[in-house]
Amino acid sequence: MKTMKIIIALLFGLTLALGVFGVVRAQELTPDGLVKNVTREVLEIVRKDKEIQSGNSGKMMELIEAKVLPHFNFTHMTELAVARDWRQADVAQRKTLIDEFRLLLVRTYSKSLTEYKDQEIEVKPLVSKAGETDVQVRTEIKQPGGRRIKMEYWLEKVEGGWKVYDIVVEGISLVTNYRGSFSSEVRNGGIDGLIKSLQAKNKTGAAATAAATKK
Amino acid sequence: MNTIRWADFKSNTSKLRGAMWDVMRAALLGLTLAGMLGGCATPNAGNAANSYDERDPVEGVNRAVFAFNQGLDTVLIRPMAVGYEFVLPTPIRTGVGNFFDNIGDVFVGVNNLLQGKVADAASDLGRVAINSTLGIFGLFDIASEAGLEKHEEDFGQTFGRWGVGDGPYLVVPVFGPRTTRDTLGLVLDMKVDPVGQVDHVPTRNTLTALRLVNTRATLLPADKVIEEAALDKYSYMRDAYLQRRRNLIYDGSPPRDADMR
Repeated sequence: MKTMKIIIALLFGLTLALGVFGVVRAQELTPDGLVKNVTREVLEIVRKDKEIQSGNSGKMMELIEAKVLPHFNFTHMTELAVARDWRQADVAQRKTLIDEFRLLLVRTYSKSLTEYKDQEIEVKPLVSKAGETDVQVRTEIKQPGGRRIKMEYWLEKVEGGWKVYDIVVEGISLVTNYRGSFSSEVRNGGIDGLIKSLQAKNKTGAAATAAATKK
Repeated sequence: MNTIRWADFKSNTSKLRGAMWDVMRAALLGLTLAGMLGGCATPNAGNAANSYDERDPVEGVNRAVFAFNQGLDTVLIRPMAVGYEFVLPTPIRTGVGNFFDNIGDVFVGVNNLLQGKVADAASDLGRVAINSTLGIFGLFDIASEAGLEKHEEDFGQTFGRWGVGDGPYLVVPVFGPRTTRDTLGLVLDMKVDPVGQVDHVPTRNTLTALRLVNTRATLLPADKVIEEAALDKYSYMRDAYLQRRRNLIYDGSPPRDADMR
């Protein structure tokens, strides 16, 4: 049963991460305001759009690209996931890692958003001191007829406003959850081994998405 | 022709169930021991592939059990869940989930008490009182709407709270990911499980199966997403389990590691 709860938690993380960040003038907003605005906006789009409802995740990816990605710090996310092996990656490898990890996360998110679209999200007021540049925004997802799911967004203040660098669903960080598999890839095949398996994963995923879109 | 009489069937299933319990207990104990021994041995013991993770010293065995569980899900549990979801409308499935949650809340309360969280324990027992009556035998979760939050506790968490360490990570047949400590907790959880106390065997088996299938059905949409997300499903699920348990033991606010920033 525990396993199943974990899966639920993961799923919702993937879904929500997606729903939450849209086009807003990030600099002018508090972190919780940003989370709140964009949540509403993206969920509205998803609920209205027929193509997305019928499971077209290619379309979904375009939406994410435009509305969500500008609010994520993928460099920081990749650093966290690759952890101590990050040091042995050179500049070119780092760039490839960031691109591939970004693609993996984005496709996963788009997939899950097309699977779930009826949930409501409550953004809790931000608890932080003035001047803090690293904050946590707590949210709760209400599913129709289901249990509430706790989800936290970790944001940091960088040039250009607040950016998300981690999403934690029911205690599971969607970013650091890759640490185990990433480090064993590096152990077996070095940084290039990790890059290769990320690329392979993205290739099979892209093929599946294309097939689904054609239908 | 059907020559089996009901009484025979009953006594046979009862025997079968007893035997299954023995096997299960032996398997749990064996795995626990294997985990503990594995913990003392070299990190690489018993695994040719890539068991370098210090939390997972018996990765080879774990991967085999994981594959078995996945197979069981593919051929049996998932198809049942798909049929169940197809046949029953959402409100009924929600009622089923609430019913089992309500039964579980009794021991959530007991575990909170064992952890010294008296207020939480009182709230849990209040939930049971409200949901069993106003919520019509637990079919409706009125208590949550009234502001009594649903908690999640079990003996594994209680041991964790008492300072017992995780021990090596284990994949238990049928039940899935556990730490060694949580495997021991699981044995206790099953001992006190109200569903397990039902004397009428067919009823008990039906309830057990219903609970399993209902939970599995809530997860059906997740299947594709996990496939999409995980480079290696085994380690993805393992890391998720370990993170989640840590979070639960700290009741949702674990200290964040310095390297997580």
